[in-house]
Amino acid sequence: MSHRVRVNPIMCEAHGMCAELLPERITLDEWGYPMIDSEPLSGTLLDHARRAAQACPTFALLVERERP
Amino acid sequence: MSNAPSLMAAEPALPEPDVAASLPRLLTGIPGHGAMSLDEHLSIHGLAPSARPRRRREESPLIARIERAGLRGRGGASFPTARKLRAVASSRGRPVVVVNAAEGEPASLKDRTLTHSLPHLVLDGGELAAQALGAEELIVCVCESALASAESVEAAIAERPRQRGAAQVRLVVVPDHYVAGQESALVNYLNGGSAKPTFTPPMPFEQGVRRRPTLINNAETLAHIALIARHGSQWFRRLGTAPQPGSTLVTLSGPVPHPGVYEIEHGCSLSSLLGAAGGTTAGVSAVLLGGYAGTWIDGELLRGLTLSDEHLAPHGAAVGAGVVLLLSEAACPVAETARVAQWLAGQSTRQCGPCVNGLDALAGTVKEIAGGVAQANATQRIARLAALVRRRGACGHPDGTVNFILSALETFAPAFADHARHGPCDACMHPAELPLGVSAPGAPRERGRVR
Repeated sequence: MSHRVRVNPIMCEAHGMCAELLPERITLDEWGYPMIDSEPLSGTLLDHARRAAQACPTFALLVERERP
Repeated sequence: MSNAPSLMAAEPALPEPDVAASLPRLLTGIPGHGAMSLDEHLSIHGLAPSARPRRRREESPLIARIERAGLRGRGGASFPTARKLRAVASSRGRPVVVVNAAEGEPASLKDRTLTHSLPHLVLDGGELAAQALGAEELIVCVCESALASAESVEAAIAERPRQRGAAQVRLVVVPDHYVAGQESALVNYLNGGSAKPTFTPPMPFEQGVRRRPTLINNAETLAHIALIARHGSQWFRRLGTAPQPGSTLVTLSGPVPHPGVYEIEHGCSLSSLLGAAGGTTAGVSAVLLGGYAGTWIDGELLRGLTLSDEHLAPHGAAVGAGVVLLLSEAACPVAETARVAQWLAGQSTRQCGPCVNGLDALAGTVKEIAGGVAQANATQRIARLAALVRRRGACGHPDGTVNFILSALETFAPAFADHARHGPCDACMHPAELPLGVSAPGAPRERGRVR
């Protein structure tokens, strides 16, 4: 069962915390919105992803279990 | 009701050949003005058989019939209709059925035409889908500017006898907006929110109107269901191509004597459609298929074009919701693209950052090229912005707009290069051709009262 990060673009207000906490998967575009690499996450990276999701001020970052 | 003809019987023997293989089907007997009455509708098409499942928890036989017919959605995405019905049927809860005639595409008139002139065909389809799914509620969504359609649907609902156990039918007038007819936006609006897309999942088929599984079908798709239920899947397949069976409605506009809504069979030539419209009255520089999320095809290729997805795929185009828009040679494709791009950027519901910023930046860059004041790397900038915008919105609007701009840049490459170097051309002064908002060429004039 794999996990991926996804952003809710409606909630996102480009605070940019996620790119700081998960640079392995998230970079920011020229306006400061996250660009997500949706490769599966595991181990420490998954922990970092969860921390980044919790740190998002608008709860726009989601760590999702693969939908069947 | 118990003596209504049942779909459980084997499919009816093929009807008489002249009924079967000829056009029009949906548009049979379409009145010149006003709506077809229930009596006229029944005298042309007869009663629709019931689509209720034979037993509780069993699938309605109508769904398998629609699957055999190979019907795909006519709202633009061409999703297999039977699969959508099954997705709703297998979700938990009593479903709601929504007829989507919230036609926000400026160059498309087919849904407002259907709901205006043939409301009973659309309501038949909606009721059949509701019966098949056991839905208690059927909601018909029409856009605000289509006042005549709203009035027709309202009158038609009142005209129909209410059967015991049938779904409650109501009309909802949806704000005029390019993306208001997008599924999640409709659900959001019907749930008391604004007509703006939401973040999915849950998809409407899982959790839609009042959190119930919700079937949202284009008005034309349901009109086809009304006829498939009556005549069967083999009848439906007697027109069209094997991968894309049946007839479809197209909205033809541009320099033709008779622009408007036509019913064609998939796989017919563009030339035959143009012939039906009286030919062209001016040179055509290109044709836009699929509306403002669609694809331009160079005028040189028009003669050989066939209106089926199979044949259009090599051009990166599809029949979609049936927009066929001809641009005359008198118009400047660069100025037209700049104008439409700006309009599309303005149609963003301004919810998602990449769409808000990206579409404005794209439209701005196209405008600079049109004015001859763009930087040397403007085309690369557009390609980069396109990549930044794609797949990053909650809905498909940013992707559609990117498609439209990139397709114009490719099809009209020499004209764009010329404007970038020398600025506006003489044709830039030509009156605007591509329709914006709801007043498309040939559109029935509807003004005044807004509900």
